[in-house]
Amino acid sequence: MRARRPKLAVWKFASCDGCQLSLLNCEDELLALADRVEVAYFLEASRAVVRGPYDLSLVEGSVSTPEDADRIRQVRKASRYLVTIGACATAGGVQALRNFADCQEFLSTVYARPEFIRTLERSTPIADHVPVDFELRGCPVDRAQLLEVISAFLAGRRPRVATHSVCVECKRRGLVCVMVAQGTPCLGPVTQAGCGALCPGVRRGCYGCFGPAESPNTASLARAWSQLGATAQEVARAFRTFNAAADAFRAESERHERG
Amino acid sequence: MSRPPTSDGSTGSPSGYVLPAEGLGELFDALVRRGYTLVGPTVRDGAVVYDRLSSPQDLPVGLTDEQEAGRYRLRARPDRAYFGYTVGPHSWKRFLQPPERVLWRAVRDGDGFRVEAAPEEAVRYAFVGVRACELAALAVQDRVFMGGSHTDPLYRARRADAFVVAVQCGQAGATCFCSSMGTGPRCTGGYDLVLTELLGGEHRFYLEAGSPRGDEVLAELPCRPASPEDRQAADQAVSRAEAQMGRRLETQGVRELLLRNLEHPRWDQVAGRCLSCGNCTLVCPTCFCFAVEDTTDLSGQVAERRARWDSCFTGQFSYLHGGSVRATTRARYRQWLTHKLATWWDQFGSSGCVGCGRCITWCPVGIDLTEEVAAIRGSDGLRSGREASGENP
Ligand code: SF4
Ligand code: SF4
Ligand code: SF4
Ligand code: SF4
Repeated sequence: MRARRPKLAVWKFASCDGCQLSLLNCEDELLALADRVEVAYFLEASRAVVRGPYDLSLVEGSVSTPEDADRIRQVRKASRYLVTIGACATAGGVQALRNFADCQEFLSTVYARPEFIRTLERSTPIADHVPVDFELRGCPVDRAQLLEVISAFLAGRRPRVATHSVCVECKRRGLVCVMVAQGTPCLGPVTQAGCGALCPGVRRGCYGCFGPAESPNTASLARAWSQLGATAQEVARAFRTFNAAADAFRAESERHERG
Repeated sequence: MSRPPTSDGSTGSPSGYVLPAEGLGELFDALVRRGYTLVGPTVRDGAVVYDRLSSPQDLPVGLTDEQEAGRYRLRARPDRAYFGYTVGPHSWKRFLQPPERVLWRAVRDGDGFRVEAAPEEAVRYAFVGVRACELAALAVQDRVFMGGSHTDPLYRARRADAFVVAVQCGQAGATCFCSSMGTGPRCTGGYDLVLTELLGGEHRFYLEAGSPRGDEVLAELPCRPASPEDRQAADQAVSRAEAQMGRRLETQGVRELLLRNLEHPRWDQVAGRCLSCGNCTLVCPTCFCFAVEDTTDLSGQVAERRARWDSCFTGQFSYLHGGSVRATTRARYRQWLTHKLATWWDQFGSSGCVGCGRCITWCPVGIDLTEEVAAIRGSDGLRSGREASGENP
């Protein structure tokens, strides 16, 4: 007799849907996944909704409105395990750039009728609001890592997701370091692995999509960038993208923004 | 064409021979005929890397490298040298201890499971262009993977089969210090064949065999016996490299020096620069550490155990029940340097550093171990105040 399949839910908060698409992109594995879990709530894939509670909730997106701040509490209550996926959910996303400026000013510049907009001053990661069982980094998340997290959950084991630098992946792949051999500034040494050193693989510096690595010496890397000719503004901008609000990157960008 | 006998009628090594530069392809052919997969230096993305070779034209012909701490650039040479550069970011460990591999797999089978050994790719490598420091590094890794009672079967099989074509360095790089470590620049053993590229006058190679296998291959090459002038030119080429050595490391008592300076403030200084990125260990030809990771697939039917290159600069590396033993970059850099130059002696009876300079060149922030050792030596016995403050390493 077949055991009840665990119920999977996929939730969207403030985000671009790219991480959910990474899941839909797992074409070869989707059937195996559907075999192992009941896809109970995944609006991007199906309008059919099965009521909670859910065994595993994947949460994409950051909290940026008062409604979202309430909704994430409901999601947490309805979920046995809650895993956040992507830079928005784990660090606040690119929309956390608002955290560095006056949100009201943006509203009046962007919207014709700002009085209709209800938003929070800051975009924040899910873990700032509710306890999170595992955070999967990336903008977007890596397909293989996402499957690894789901497989780990199904097997009741810890996900095998490295927290070291991108450089380790870069060297395992046998790539030639763009910083050393081209003088191209790269965020790889302070960025968490996961992408498989995608950008160095096409001779570009890492953009930091997976956020700060486990012990990020951003100050030393920033000095090396300056030696390669990067201006203070360029350094500040490099640390201020998809993971702008992640502590180590935020602090480093603030050190350079008025430089 | 067969090798002419020497004056005393013997064909034994190490009497030298001369191979015209155009004959290098015949060496490649002779190795391919024997079933070897040729790997060696070739240019990719602005650096000399080690990869499959099909002809001498795949070598970095007419190129050289400029290296400094944290900097590497290829430059054109005024000649057509095949081996006119020093070592790049790759080392031969990539082929003997692959960066990532499956050790075994377990597949569910009814109520139990069956274990399948990983299908190891049977490949016989010929390493073309191995430098003296790299021969020393191979010997270091041999002790690690085949020395004790626990040996690595993949390493052992590939290593036993590997045909080693060594090349004498005709120049040294700015980050090289093999002469300090007593590992080079002269190749003195551990190869099947050794070449010295001679560029003045006729472009040619001075060749010696170092094993019966090497003798056999040599016998198939269009060589002539070397003249005393050839031999002298070969000798001078290596002496030139020796004189160019870009770095120096005083090894006298270095083990004791480092071990009695575990609380030296220099460790704090270097930790301020170090990114804990792991590049230095990954490019090092002797660093052997790997992580063993277990994983299951989505279906829950297959479990795999994999080995991947790891580094003592990662947190996971020293993770023991609930935390990382070396939580700080200071502790990690100190582990790395003391392992390379001090505790390696206790563990394997040799230095763990062969002086190739890779960790200096390929450190994104240019941390230079020769400079770090010199700094500690220059203020031997200095202690940071951290003990008083009760802070952990
Ligand atoms: S290219 Fe970037 S990620 Fe790769 S080793 Fe260099 S600094 Fe690290
Ligand atoms: S220096 Fe570090 S990575 Fe290298 S062998 Fe020693 S412990 Fe392993
Ligand atoms: S420690 Fe550095 S110089 Fe020594 S063998 Fe390793 S990479 Fe080469
Ligand atoms: S010494 Fe250099 S290469 Fe090694 S971990 Fe530190 S920053 Fe990275």
